Amino acid sequence: MSTGDPDTEPAERPDPVERSGMQRLRRSFFAPSRGQAVVAVLVGVLAFAAVTQVRLAGADDTYAGLREAELIQALNGLQAASRKAERDISDLEETRDQLRSSTQRRTTALEQAQQEVQTLGVLAGTVPASGPGIRITVNDPENQLSLNHLLDGIEELRNAGVEAVEINDRVRVIAQTSFEEDPEGVRVDGVVLKPPYIIDAIGNADTLSGALQFQDGFADDVELDSGSVEIKKADRIDVTVTRTPVPPRYAEAVPGQ
Amino acid sequence: MIAIIGLVVGVVLGLFLTPDVPLSLEPYLPIAVVAALDAVFGAFRAFLDGIFDDKVFVISFISNVLIAAMIVFLGDKLGVGAQLSTGVVVVLGIRIFSNVAAIRRHIFHA
Repeated sequence: MSTGDPDTEPAERPDPVERSGMQRLRRSFFAPSRGQAVVAVLVGVLAFAAVTQVRLAGADDTYAGLREAELIQALNGLQAASRKAERDISDLEETRDQLRSSTQRRTTALEQAQQEVQTLGVLAGTVPASGPGIRITVNDPENQLSLNHLLDGIEELRNAGVEAVEINDRVRVIAQTSFEEDPEGVRVDGVVLKPPYIIDAIGNADTLSGALQFQDGFADDVELDSGSVEIKKADRIDVTVTRTPVPPRYAEAVPGQ
Repeated sequence: MIAIIGLVVGVVLGLFLTPDVPLSLEPYLPIAVVAALDAVFGAFRAFLDGIFDDKVFVISFISNVLIAAMIVFLGDKLGVGAQLSTGVVVVLGIRIFSNVAAIRRHIFHA
């Protein structure tokens, strides 16, 4: 019966032994003996131990069954991982702090810029303004008020530190404002204004009114032109007229200054 | 026949009793199981060869288990427990393979 591969499995079994081996197996299957009982006990012990071990290995997902060397290795691995994680944490925290401080700088710059916009907007007349100040009413019933006198009055207000000025609730007076004579009154920035002129000025009310009322000042000049001036101090003057800013055609800002 | 009944009884007992293995014996149990497996396959081969003897089987079974456990114990004491148990498993595995090859030749004639 040498049908097996003779190269890998050398034929070392004579036919009678082979046949008797299978026959013995068949026969003993139905004929119990003392030897079989011993074998059964030991095989049972083996099966019991094997099942226990399989259960143990299946449940053994902790470090309980590891030897000392393996535990040290596992511990080393965990320590390296935790060191790496700590390094990552400190890196990320540094990045976060950098971002936070840069955000803070940007916010501060933005706030400063917005404040500057407000300040410049009031000066340039692009935003409405309100605050304490005075309301000057210039009566000129005979339309004889000299333009120079009116201009002097505005100049006195400027010297006294006025911050926002409008006339007759129609024209905002700024640095570029022009004054021209007109048969009906005055032409301010191309807008014809008729008397009485009501000038709203925001600033220190005492300083402003003093600047108009000194000897031979604006009030006296107006009276010379047979007009009259009333000055009313108020805690709140609203300058509501605004102008659209005109970009300069010739002047260029010099950056960095 | 009785051997198969013993196998089944052992499996059932192991499944239902779920015994707790003492921690000090835990490293030796897998090696002992592999050693006993080797003894059982060797006995089966001897049975088919017609030279089976139950006394020899009992002695080889017990000595296999004890020697395997002792080698692992010695390895643990020497600090090479993991490597030595690997070596024991490899040797026993080779023996199991050669025994199973002999059994296969008997049963399948191949």
